[in-house]
Amino acid sequence: MLSRTAEHLFWMGRHIERAENTARMLDVTYRMRLLPASISQPMEPWAQPWAVPLITTGLASDYYALYRDLTEQNVLEFLVSNPDNPSSIVNCLRQARENARTVRGAITSEMWESLNSTWMEQGSVAPETLSPALVGSYFEQIKQRSHMFRGVTVGTALRDEAFYFVRLGTFLERADNTARILDVKYHILLPSPQDVGGAQDYYQWGSLLRSVSAFEAYRKIYRDIIHPRKVAELLLLRNDMPRSLRNCTAEMYRVLQSVAGGTGREAVRQAGELMARLEFARMDDIMAAGLHEYLLDFLERTGALGAEIQTSFFASPETQALVA
Amino acid sequence: MNARVEGPPLAYDELHGADGALHPAYRAYSEWLSKVPPDVLQNKRVEADLLFRRLGITFAVYGDESGVERAIPFDIIPRILSADAWNKVAAGCVQRVKALNMFLHDVYHDHEIVKAGVIPEAQIMGNPAYRPEMQGVDLPGKVYAHVAGVDVVKVGENDFYVLEDNLRTPSGVSYMLENRRMMMRLFPDLFASIQVAPIDHYPDLLLESLRAMAPRPSGAPVAVLLTPGAFNSAYFEHAFLAQQMGIELVEGQDLFVRDRVVYMRTTQGPQRIDVIYRRLDDDFLDPLAFRKDSMLGVPGLLSAYKAGNVTLANAIGAGVADDKSTYVYVPDMIRFYLGEEPLLANVPTYRLSRPDDLCYVLAKLPELVVKEVHGSGGYGMLVGPRSSHQEIEDFRLRIMANPDNYIAQPTLALSTCPTLVEEGIAPRHVDLRPYVITGTDTRVVPGGLTRVALRQGSLVVNSSQGGGTKDTWVLEDGTC
Repeated sequence: MLSRTAEHLFWMGRHIERAENTARMLDVTYRMRLLPASISQPMEPWAQPWAVPLITTGLASDYYALYRDLTEQNVLEFLVSNPDNPSSIVNCLRQARENARTVRGAITSEMWESLNSTWMEQGSVAPETLSPALVGSYFEQIKQRSHMFRGVTVGTALRDEAFYFVRLGTFLERADNTARILDVKYHILLPSPQDVGGAQDYYQWGSLLRSVSAFEAYRKIYRDIIHPRKVAELLLLRNDMPRSLRNCTAEMYRVLQSVAGGTGREAVRQAGELMARLEFARMDDIMAAGLHEYLLDFLERTGALGAEIQTSFFASPETQALVA
Repeated sequence: MNARVEGPPLAYDELHGADGALHPAYRAYSEWLSKVPPDVLQNKRVEADLLFRRLGITFAVYGDESGVERAIPFDIIPRILSADAWNKVAAGCVQRVKALNMFLHDVYHDHEIVKAGVIPEAQIMGNPAYRPEMQGVDLPGKVYAHVAGVDVVKVGENDFYVLEDNLRTPSGVSYMLENRRMMMRLFPDLFASIQVAPIDHYPDLLLESLRAMAPRPSGAPVAVLLTPGAFNSAYFEHAFLAQQMGIELVEGQDLFVRDRVVYMRTTQGPQRIDVIYRRLDDDFLDPLAFRKDSMLGVPGLLSAYKAGNVTLANAIGAGVADDKSTYVYVPDMIRFYLGEEPLLANVPTYRLSRPDDLCYVLAKLPELVVKEVHGSGGYGMLVGPRSSHQEIEDFRLRIMANPDNYIAQPTLALSTCPTLVEEGIAPRHVDLRPYVITGTDTRVVPGGLTRVALRQGSLVVNSSQGGGTKDTWVLEDGTC
């Protein structure tokens, strides 16, 4: 497959996944706001509800370059529709569709139609869409659209390199997102480790779980009230959780093994290492060393893996050696 | 009845023929149509428009600052040709393309046709599309125009004229294919009752022909489609054809040349390329040989091509045979190379570089169509009978400033076909572009792209100027 094509497919997967993750994050933030202040008020002064999505996405400084005040409407606009924010939902959908348009020949017509109709329907956001009455259903639509694209991909695509690069983008983006959400929330929600239980915990941790579709899974697996440590375990180490770090890295490893050939050995090795570190980790060790440190290290390693994928598969002409 | 069409007098109507009786080719369709309630047709039209948009079958309009993609208007009423009429067009197009390929080989070799006094030397050597780099280069199969689009108009029951030959990077074939798919999706019942010759094998035919022209006698030559990129107005078509043929869609940046061999960059390392179906103009192909500022091409491509290590389709320099000043010689080429009489006529053409023709044309401007020799897309032309006095006088000044740049033709009474417009079904002018493929043989799929001028009375069918398209049906022998 053409290197350029692979790169577009990879980013197509990443962009649609990012749109979904942003929608999820905003959705739970929005729902929290509907709870009484005693529950939704921040435990740390810096953790205003609407600051959290900005911190999680790492876009706070970009935000303040465009807005003066931290308000709900501003944050929603910034993360949903602002054309100057490359990671806004609308921009992600646009880029996913542009990636797809460029490599139409490499994807099924159903995949293309799915992204193209998503763009036609969601490409512009009317101001009233972000109003309290409508914003919830907007996030629902974005999630549905992402689900649909993923389903169409799995249901129609030939299991060839094109499919693998889309999946690679999806899981890299998802791993990055889950790690970030967990890191930020854990920081905010856990000022003192012994302070467990109570309504506030239920709602706060519940919202975190909901943002990664893990609330019901938590109940099923643990049949227990919500303990932060178990939440962390679920999102880090469970291999049956589709958005857990372990599952994401395992998927990346599998996909990379399928596409690696001679050029991607280092990428396979890094993904394998990442997976093994989660597979054989113990929650006690992670907590003892500090979850925050652990997640920072994980984010650094996924960043490095992304860079390695870039050089092995998409690399610019000069670095590709001629095989005689 | 609606107001009468103010087209040229006596435009031949393909539905009613010259005598006003229903044309046999339309009999079965008309019968079907008479049973369809009008609102069903309008609904189908809306459905077609939605489907085209969802499929993303769009083109970008140059000069439109907003950069919006538009769907090309699609008319759901098919244009129907009898097997007899089509056979005549097909044989004529094949004959023409064979002669043009022989002419191009001659142009870049021994100039036999000049020596025989049929075409003046200056017509070749003075042509801006002539590529001296190609002189003496031998191409596989001596094929220059692997894909040709021959624009044909119908003016009577069996009267066709060729308007022009497109031998560089003719476009539109994706619309031919998608229009048929759309019709089969919208009206499956029609195809069950009317025997329409299939066209879906076009991509197969093209791929087979391209690979047959590969320079290496290897078992599995690698072909790619070279596009200028996603911002080109025909990008949809490039992507579509590449997908249909199962070949890579590449941009210049994906290819490189080493030791006069072309490679593409893949996730598994470089892979050698044998055939490039290029949809990029000569000027942009190789910045080392042609335009230095081209970011779209492949440095060194010409050297690989001349070394015989890669086939380009169409060949570099094919444009010398398709401009409007060479056009007038095509009937003579057919006689010279094939020893046959042309099966399809040229439109009588005045060359304004000749003083006699210039005088005549300036006197008759309101009746004539004047075109730029190198123009395309319906731009830079004057349609006398459709222009105001002021427009004609403005154009007169442009002609007088540079007469060599123009040719003129009588205004043809382009045939009309029933077309669904706001007011209902009404006749609109159409043309036809069959696609002629040359590999080891020269072949054409039955039909082509019918373009329709949607504005009442308009003769300009270009999509950039309010034209639409129709599915073109060639009836199987014996069905009408």
